[in-house]
Amino acid sequence: MAVITPADTVALEPPRHRTRMWWGDVPKIPLIILGTIAFLALFANFIAPHNPELGSLSQRFKPPFWLAKGSYTHLLGTDQLGRDVLSRLIFGARVSMVVGFTAVLFAGTVGTVVGIVSGYLGGWVDQVIMRLTDTWLALPALTFAIFLAAIVGPSMWNIVIILGLTYWTRYARVIRGEVLSLREREFVRLAIVAGCSKWTIMLRHILPNVLNSAIVIGTLMLGVVIIAEASLSFLGVGVPPPQPAWGLMLSDGKQGLMVGYWWLTIFPGLCIMLMVLSANILGDWLRVKLDPQLRQL
Amino acid sequence: MTAILEAVSLSKHFQAQRGFFGGGGSVVRAVDDISFTIEQGKTLGVVGESGCGKTTTAKLVLGLEQPTGGEIRFEGKDIRGLDAAGRRHYRKSIQAVFQDPYASLNPRMRISSIISEPLTTNEKLPADEVRRRVLNLLDLVGLPSRAADLFPHEFSCGQRQRIAIARALALSPRLIVLDEPVSALDVSIRAQILNLLRDLQAELNLSYLFIAHDLAAVAHMSHDIVVMYLGRIVESGEARKLAREPKHPYTEALFSAALPSHPDERREEIILPGEVPSPLNPPSGCRFHPRCPQAMPQCGEQVPELAAVHGRMVSCHLYSPGARPVTQPAEAFPNA
Amino acid sequence: MPFGTSPVSEAAARSNNAPLLELQSLSTHYVSAQGTRVVRAVDDVSLTVRSGETLGIVGESGSGKSTLALTILRILPMAARIVSGKMMLDGEDLVEKSETEMQHIRGKRVAMILQDPMASLNPLFSIGDQVAEPIRVHEGESRKNAWQRAIGLLKSVRIPSPETRVTQYPHEMSGGMRQRIVGAIGISCEPRLLIADEPTTSLDLTIQAQYLNLLRDLQRAHNLALIFITHNLGIVAKMCDQLAVMYAGRVVESGPVTEIFNKPVHPYTQALLNSIPRMDDVDRRLTAIEGQPPDLASLPQGCSFAARCPRAFDRCRVEVPPETRPSPGRTVRCWLDGATEAA
Repeated sequence: MAVITPADTVALEPPRHRTRMWWGDVPKIPLIILGTIAFLALFANFIAPHNPELGSLSQRFKPPFWLAKGSYTHLLGTDQLGRDVLSRLIFGARVSMVVGFTAVLFAGTVGTVVGIVSGYLGGWVDQVIMRLTDTWLALPALTFAIFLAAIVGPSMWNIVIILGLTYWTRYARVIRGEVLSLREREFVRLAIVAGCSKWTIMLRHILPNVLNSAIVIGTLMLGVVIIAEASLSFLGVGVPPPQPAWGLMLSDGKQGLMVGYWWLTIFPGLCIMLMVLSANILGDWLRVKLDPQLRQL
Repeated sequence: MTAILEAVSLSKHFQAQRGFFGGGGSVVRAVDDISFTIEQGKTLGVVGESGCGKTTTAKLVLGLEQPTGGEIRFEGKDIRGLDAAGRRHYRKSIQAVFQDPYASLNPRMRISSIISEPLTTNEKLPADEVRRRVLNLLDLVGLPSRAADLFPHEFSCGQRQRIAIARALALSPRLIVLDEPVSALDVSIRAQILNLLRDLQAELNLSYLFIAHDLAAVAHMSHDIVVMYLGRIVESGEARKLAREPKHPYTEALFSAALPSHPDERREEIILPGEVPSPLNPPSGCRFHPRCPQAMPQCGEQVPELAAVHGRMVSCHLYSPGARPVTQPAEAFPNA
Repeated sequence: MPFGTSPVSEAAARSNNAPLLELQSLSTHYVSAQGTRVVRAVDDVSLTVRSGETLGIVGESGSGKSTLALTILRILPMAARIVSGKMMLDGEDLVEKSETEMQHIRGKRVAMILQDPMASLNPLFSIGDQVAEPIRVHEGESRKNAWQRAIGLLKSVRIPSPETRVTQYPHEMSGGMRQRIVGAIGISCEPRLLIADEPTTSLDLTIQAQYLNLLRDLQRAHNLALIFITHNLGIVAKMCDQLAVMYAGRVVESGPVTEIFNKPVHPYTQALLNSIPRMDDVDRRLTAIEGQPPDLASLPQGCSFAARCPRAFDRCRVEVPPETRPSPGRTVRCWLDGATEAA
């Protein structure tokens, strides 16, 4: 029972301003680097030339292949226990990737949920949660992580949980800020007018619209978490040996620096740097990409 | 004509600043003792400038804010006395269309979900019935059925506002609050939407609370108009007559400030001095008196009553008994 | 004082005959980063403004009117380029000027005021500093002298107690006052031409009335030429002598305001005038224009209005109509037979 005469019917023309999002300008090198690391982590068993945990003491401190005394069997040399550096790097990627992504996911989930609930419900819930977050944030992250590690004992999954618990507050603050402004948007008001409950609104209207921010924070946090994991390993409270982790390799290798065994620290250090840098560059690009105001013509 | 909604001495005061330790602080009288009636199938227009309280009034009617004084009567009953079922019925009977078509639709939901949300939230209907109603509503607002599966960003401004209207109609409400429904749209699109709204009113016997700053649009759409200033109603009455012959000095100045439709349109130019004062610190007595070209001594002391003058309600001492005799308003005001 | 007393004769009395600003076949295009999309924001626009005259440029979103303002002052964003045409200010072509030369022109000979006064004023600097800035830049005045002049300017834009206001900051002022301060900055160096891009859109009605009144008085006092860029035909009816209607980057109709309002020639102008509610005829059903404003990135072949035009015929969809003069002082871009077809 249309009220409108045919002349008034609006034909659906190709929509205006419909610029399909062009993903072609993604920074290629960081993407390749992260992709390679992920690939290595996944197929470490097939790629690594040697067992990373087994070494023969007769092969200790062999330098990389292009130096004298180096050989092609150990392309990047060996460490103090004769273990192949290259294989340890490849398996170490697994730790970095798993810990990195899982911790970010965990922190992200907790932080986003807390941010949404706190931001939307407001009132005393918000006050309590924000004070909690403030307190949490006041704790120096690394010290807190070490403290927790000392209590629960180091293992890869414990580290994931610890890092998650340390960093969720970064999300909560930012997401809460977004929710505060989203709450005032007309479509949320209209959902209230339509009779939706608070929880429905948070789930259906607020959550999908903060996901973009959460993802961006995630990519930026990846670098932070990886460095935190490396620091924990460096300090000896991270992923326990003999499982290889880049931070641990740094820590073990530092004594070799004095004697000139530079390959024990430089290579793991380079890996950490490349992964964090790539994650940051991609995260930054994603942030600009997903924010309609920062995007150019 | 039956009254759908009645506001009786409605007030909404906000605490502006809590004093240290929670005491003291100033009060913003966003809406102060206003009364109006909206009738079935008619439009009540609300005009006023910043700080006049029209947006707060809309929120009060929609239940987004609770009044601090007075009452709202829906279908004759005070809404505070309603039980849960009554409250739900109220919620379903009053819907809204807001100004910004971009912010009114959740960018992550499909149109069919957006339009059907009020239905799925309030009623248990099978999926195909919901779909049928969504398509019906799209047809009602002049959009093709394939719009249902698209996302908001695929539509233009005017089309989005149509979607917002379709959504507002989903529960077959009796009253729709229209808060600046066309201000964000291009001029050439506004007429489409205004015509659509009028047609829907005729077809579905809808009532509207129409808030806009374009006086000509309000005069065009409304049966009755209410003029607000700093939280109070200064004049109300039948739209055409009020627009042609305003009685309150503020209404006069407001309508004279409205832009002409033609270069040769002659109009008395009444330029008000000063700024629109802040609702934090309203003037004493009649709130308009510091800017009023007709102010008299008692205007700063006493709040004028809302009194009936030739079928119009006016809150002004010029019309109180005992004031200077006033003949036809047009003659009473000298050339500026 | 009643306005509307024969604006055309008033303008003629105020102006001399040589045009102050003449745009000749001006075109500005935006090129996307990949070079794939060209947006013809301003396409073959020719306009004339004389001293003391007010030109209204009316258009909706996507009409190119704001780009036109930026083009005249040569403050286009990086992606935009003037591809052809001339902008003659007092006989000098602004397109050919260097950036240094333009800096001497902006603020001094041509000034601009924008819609959002809060964005136009720097929140960190006092009002006095901001009003005095153009004076110090263009005329090399000392801070003390410039401040004195600033106080005088605030007085001329009717800001009460300017001596105290001059030390205050933008956030301490109301919207109407901020807009007047922006106006004061605009006229501080006595420009010949003032371009106002939607200056009253954010203002309340009664404040808007004050402001327009002020602009008119300032114009008379300084013999300013004024270009009003707006989507609101009411402002044009109240303030302007000449009118140019833009659609999809082109001027579709131009001429004296009263003539166009009385007898619009282009179907878009006609439809626009019929679609706005009129206070003197509130019950008339509005005539809606079908469709929506065009997407400048993908303009159709031929006349850009053809898709929405009730009187379009085959030629309209194929060839872009050239600008013609149906009568002296008026131009129109339409394949219909000029003034004889006017509604």
